[in-house]
Amino acid sequence: MDNSVVLTMRNINKNFPGVTALADVDFTLRFGEIHALMGENGAGKSTLIKVLTGVEEFETGEIRMQGIEHPIVNKSPQMAQEIGISTVYQEVNLCPNLSVAENLYVGREPKKAGIIDWKTMNKKSRKILEKLNINIDVTRSLDHYSIAIQQMIAIARAVDMSARVLILDEPTSSLDEHEVEKLFDLMRQLKKNGVGIIFVTHYLEQVYEVCDRITVLRNGALVGEYEVEMLPRVQLVAKMMGKDFDDLAAIKKEDSSVQKDKKGVIIEAKDLGHTGTIKPFDLLLHRGKVVGLTGLLGSGRSELARVIYGADKADHGELHVKGNKLLVGAPIDAMKAGMGYLPENRKEEGIIADLSVRENIILALQAKRGMFKLLGKKEQEDFAEKYIDLLQIKTSGTSIPVKQLSGGNQQKVILARWLLTEPEFLILDEPTRGIDIGTKTEIQKLVLKLAGRGMSVMFISSEIEEMIRTCSRMIVLRDGKKIGELEENELSQSGIMKAIAGGTENE
Amino acid sequence: MNKLIKLTKYRLFLPITCLLLVLLINVIKTPTFFNITINNGVLYGYIIDVINRGSELVVFAVGMTIVVAASAGTDISVGAVSALAGAVCCYVLSGGEQSTDFYHAPYIVGVLAAILTGMVCGAWNGFLVAKLKIQPMVATLILFTAGRGMAQLITDGQMIYLRVEHFKMLGASIPGVPLPTPVFVAIIVVIITMLLLKKTALGLYIESVGVNAKAARLLGLNSTMIQFLTYTFCGIMSGIAGLIITSRVYSIDANNAGLNLELDAILAVALGGNSLGGGKFSLIGSVIGAYTIQALTTTLYAMSISADQIPVYKAIVVVIIVTLQSPEFARMRKNITAKFSNKQNMKEAA
Repeated sequence: MDNSVVLTMRNINKNFPGVTALADVDFTLRFGEIHALMGENGAGKSTLIKVLTGVEEFETGEIRMQGIEHPIVNKSPQMAQEIGISTVYQEVNLCPNLSVAENLYVGREPKKAGIIDWKTMNKKSRKILEKLNINIDVTRSLDHYSIAIQQMIAIARAVDMSARVLILDEPTSSLDEHEVEKLFDLMRQLKKNGVGIIFVTHYLEQVYEVCDRITVLRNGALVGEYEVEMLPRVQLVAKMMGKDFDDLAAIKKEDSSVQKDKKGVIIEAKDLGHTGTIKPFDLLLHRGKVVGLTGLLGSGRSELARVIYGADKADHGELHVKGNKLLVGAPIDAMKAGMGYLPENRKEEGIIADLSVRENIILALQAKRGMFKLLGKKEQEDFAEKYIDLLQIKTSGTSIPVKQLSGGNQQKVILARWLLTEPEFLILDEPTRGIDIGTKTEIQKLVLKLAGRGMSVMFISSEIEEMIRTCSRMIVLRDGKKIGELEENELSQSGIMKAIAGGTENE
Repeated sequence: MNKLIKLTKYRLFLPITCLLLVLLINVIKTPTFFNITINNGVLYGYIIDVINRGSELVVFAVGMTIVVAASAGTDISVGAVSALAGAVCCYVLSGGEQSTDFYHAPYIVGVLAAILTGMVCGAWNGFLVAKLKIQPMVATLILFTAGRGMAQLITDGQMIYLRVEHFKMLGASIPGVPLPTPVFVAIIVVIITMLLLKKTALGLYIESVGVNAKAARLLGLNSTMIQFLTYTFCGIMSGIAGLIITSRVYSIDANNAGLNLELDAILAVALGGNSLGGGKFSLIGSVIGAYTIQALTTTLYAMSISADQIPVYKAIVVVIIVTLQSPEFARMRKNITAKFSNKQNMKEAA
């Protein structure tokens, strides 16, 4: 094995029932490099990582690591960690109620006479974090800090456990730009220390900002390994999708007439609010329009949507739907008034993981119909098939558990669930987060198509570009407060940035 | 071979295998186990005994299954609630007398009183768990401890005897019917519950809430109400089981009626291949689990092991069965079958 190489994976094969997840995949990681693993949903990125870290077993192939004579087969993430392969996931896998220091040392606490030596633990923790330029109080509980800091602590923990290979699986999905920058600094520093980093992400810009090499997978097969400088973006996208990039600029909204009047109003919020999450706001939403909510993380954009839908019960103001006052005690009331809500957190609030794709799709409609009007087996099957077809959901059947689908396909299942209820007003909170470009484009197109058919859509995304493409109006939020609205002609990246940052105060 | 492998993937494969295993031991150890004789028009035999004695447990297990599915918790008060329901029934029917040979109130009133008692107890548990979000184990601990005390209060600390032939029928048999009545009660309970779960969306709702209550709420389900209903339903089941128990001994002994049956019920759910973590469930699995436990108990009696030693043997068998069904064991099994089929494939290729 070449001395500069820390890890090789050769001819890795892995099958799931009915699906080839990995077919003869090769992967090489060198010391001190940041290596992007790219591919669309279901390309096999996650599976490759899982096979490497022992979450899943592979069938044939060989994994070797520098300094270890024999091929390695990890049976569990713990085993992987012992030989120096650590993983940090998008969702931070730490204990929020323990202190930072405890989190860093849980399971390997420094001890004195059998008792945890708190002083040493705190001191060591401080040192580890200082080395990585993270200056925080290590005795405070983890949930006191932002997701970004929590993620860095997770990385610090991984690195401190003598990681030679660090896997970052979508680490930036829940971070804002400033935080991402900090994370990149940390990654560059680790790179300098010789750690090989595998970086799984969907953000092209980020790949070009920090990565040295890119390995592209498609449909479980290796497309190739490339130096970043040698592969222009357009080509990368083409390689990932296996076709020419569908130019998003081609999608354009036709009707841009500003509708301030009450014609076609479907939702009207008057002084609506929920103490502690979103201050009272007024809002008009029209038929056939896509309205975006924008603002930094924690600005209240999700919270505004939640209070309309009744996910959080409003304790202030009124909500009118098509001119009639609506009391929303629980989401079902909002659903009956024609609303649908795709939540931000797919795993925790979206999918019912153990239930089948079919059940996940028909559930909302079934809930709306009530307990005694059970949809027939045939009907359920037809609905599921129809939407699997319509949204091109990749699944080996309607009866397999939805948790076996890739993230993007799970998201499509939830979309199908809502489309089936034929809502007049649909809230989409981060529908494209953690999803590959191909599916992203599909979802954006779908949103515009739905609006074209007269649906009112509320669109929330942290990607401003995406918002500009899809929305005809934008609500700007800051610190749990609606601070203004931007009309079509004001929708430009810099304009929005200014508004978010506090440039325009049209209250 | 492939058919066999396919069979092992069937969800109820393990529970059924376990039941068959226990029965197999019986055939070897007690050759008379499957003998059935007819005496006075009523069937007798070990196997009939298993089906008969297992009835209460089946009824308990049905209630426990849906509680576990919806709330990822167990209702440990079911045994005590059945004693309380039995006490109420006897008290109503005996008019407060300690021993009686005629009904002081219509039989149906006693039955309804018992079921209502169970329902109220279940609703109380449901209120604590679903509305106040108290951990199920802690919430149901209240009635677990207080239930028998309340039963004692009602019976004034005495046993109440109902020496009425009619009262014994529920726990024994109805003249002219060859099978014991509890068997029919269990079957009817299972069928009604199945219809309720499969012919309405309730089964789907319970599973959704059990897997992800947050997501279930956001897609329009009333998670609180569904959990509340499952506990109430479980209470009704305890009431019905209490009726069978009291009828068997035509009396109520508040200290011993349904004693430790809550543990057997939980075990039945687990033996049925259901996760105690809630979510997807199989009612039939639990029913098979319940009969497995009863078959085991009857086996041990048949092997003339004394009653106080039985728990030890039961524990050993349970350890074996639970090991067989553990995920870790399933993984090992999968590895072995995978190797086996690989070899076969290679042979075929050669």
